[in-house]
Amino acid sequence: MRITQGTFSFLPDLSDDQIAAQIRYALDHDWAMSVEYTDDPHPRNSYWDMWGMPLFDLPIEQADVVLREIRACREAHPDTYVKLIAYDSSKGRQTTALSFIVHRPSDEPGFRLDRTESHDRVVRYGIRAYATDVPAGSRYRNGRTA
Amino acid sequence: MTAVPTEKKKDRWASGVTPYAEMGYFNADYVPKDTDILAAFRIAPQPGVDPIEAAAAVAGESSTATWTVVWTDRLTAHENYQAKAYDVSPVPGREGEYIAKIAYDLDLFEEGSIANLTSSIIGNVFGFKALRALRLEDMRIPAHYVKTFQGPPHGIVMEREYLDKFGRPLLGATVKPKLGLSAKNYGRVVYEALSGGLDFTKDDENINSQPFMRWRDRFLYSIEGVNRAIAQTGELKGHYMNVTAATMEEMYERAEFAKELGSVIIMMDLTVGYTAMQSMSKWARRNGLILHLHRAGHGTYTRQKSHGVSFRVIAKWCRLLGVDHIHAGTVVGKLEGDPAMIKGYYDTLRLDHVPENLENGIYFDQDWASLPAVMPVASGGIHAGQMHQLLSYLGEDVVLQFGGGTIGHPMGIAAGATANRVAVEAIIQARNEGRDYFHEGPDILEKAAKGCPELNAALQVWKDITFDFQSTDTPDYVVTPTVA
Repeated sequence: MRITQGTFSFLPDLSDDQIAAQIRYALDHDWAMSVEYTDDPHPRNSYWDMWGMPLFDLPIEQADVVLREIRACREAHPDTYVKLIAYDSSKGRQTTALSFIVHRPSDEPGFRLDRTESHDRVVRYGIRAYATDVPAGSRYRNGRTA
Repeated sequence: MTAVPTEKKKDRWASGVTPYAEMGYFNADYVPKDTDILAAFRIAPQPGVDPIEAAAAVAGESSTATWTVVWTDRLTAHENYQAKAYDVSPVPGREGEYIAKIAYDLDLFEEGSIANLTSSIIGNVFGFKALRALRLEDMRIPAHYVKTFQGPPHGIVMEREYLDKFGRPLLGATVKPKLGLSAKNYGRVVYEALSGGLDFTKDDENINSQPFMRWRDRFLYSIEGVNRAIAQTGELKGHYMNVTAATMEEMYERAEFAKELGSVIIMMDLTVGYTAMQSMSKWARRNGLILHLHRAGHGTYTRQKSHGVSFRVIAKWCRLLGVDHIHAGTVVGKLEGDPAMIKGYYDTLRLDHVPENLENGIYFDQDWASLPAVMPVASGGIHAGQMHQLLSYLGEDVVLQFGGGTIGHPMGIAAGATANRVAVEAIIQARNEGRDYFHEGPDILEKAAKGCPELNAALQVWKDITFDFQSTDTPDYVVTPTVA
């Protein structure tokens, strides 16, 4: 399966040039950029690991700086999801403006839907990523050992 | 103490009928206070009725006056409670119509009550015999009154964070046919549309609890579809469960059940009334469910230009009483919507400060004092091939709802959903890359369709579908020549 979180998950994976174009759009809006990664893609996992601090005040010509961070994060954590976040700190927003996946594990086994039958035909649902059946740090290795 | 001329006083308080304008309901010199609630009415006086007297009558009947002089006014600081028409101007190009601006003191209104506000402002005056027609065009709600409301239970920012969806319009579909499906078949449509790529599916306004499908069964099958789709995509999704019912007790019962099932969102219809909506708003904030409003019935009073209440006023009231979503027009779809007027509605729902702009039908500056924004919903006759136009007219903070445009797809419901999702992502990508996406839209979509047979099929089947009719509700803006 293919996890469809993020702004561009239904398009073919963006090339680095295409990612750079999105970065320039964000920098042109004075948005801060940050890179985050995780091996727990549950849709309610709000806190992916931060790849360093957010990058504030980058001029538009320095899209490369962001791209370098993305590449470094992919290299250090190849068996994770990596996303790029553009953050809008302006009054009334103060939230994410754009967020899309820039790296995926080579195999995405997806999620199991657990149903627990309750009273009067009510069903309690829980979803769990198959990958999280093993401890953090050893997921998405596709049979490889660390 | 200043002596008051006895002669003048006697006239004002003499028994019998005195023109409203002479009773103080018209005052051209009045300067509205920052705390006043202001209203702009379009008035069409009966032949022979002076427009100033007609405006004063509207001010009078929507505040303290009755048809004759009453001495009991003298037991009050009546001038404070009298609404004052302070400007009456002819509407350019519309003979016999005037815009009357009326100021109301803040004391006239109960804090935090849209029911009370509307009972005053539109309570009695619309049947007034001296007027042929009357329309409430806009209102200025001062921050002092705005602050007596909490507004949307979540607002756009919280909704996006809650659903983890950023940088693009959200996508939805209303389940069709809207009446007749059994609960199990209904849930199938929910599942297919969400697993194919939509964020939301929706009950229609008139699907409540009919003999062919009772509400509890619909909720159970819909939530199965929602959760199956979440597991299949790893992405949060929701189905707007319509809790509209005959009584508040039944609405709460349905809402509680939606909450118990873990639904992220419920909906209600405008037909339930302002008090019921405000009660559901408080319930939704207390229980953490997003609240969607279908504006069922609004066309009966918003559409005709000469009489009724403009939708921008309804939008304002709904932002105050607190909904997270409201249907606000599509521009390009099958339902009424002049582009400039719809821009005015969207601005009213989303901006923190809306400047006066007659071109968009906005008569007053409106400061929302950080009240959260409402997500407008565009629904009715829209399809993937219009994605560039939709983004250009409506922006990014909007739910685009493709009912027929998903379920009517020749390759099936999930394919219809995928077509819409690919189309929106391709247009957003192109916009962010700095392309002229409005004009290049068809090319951008064609290119995206090369890698996506679902989008390709959607573009083929609906390529020539447009709804090009004249709008009835349009701005009365004329470019006034200025001295260069």
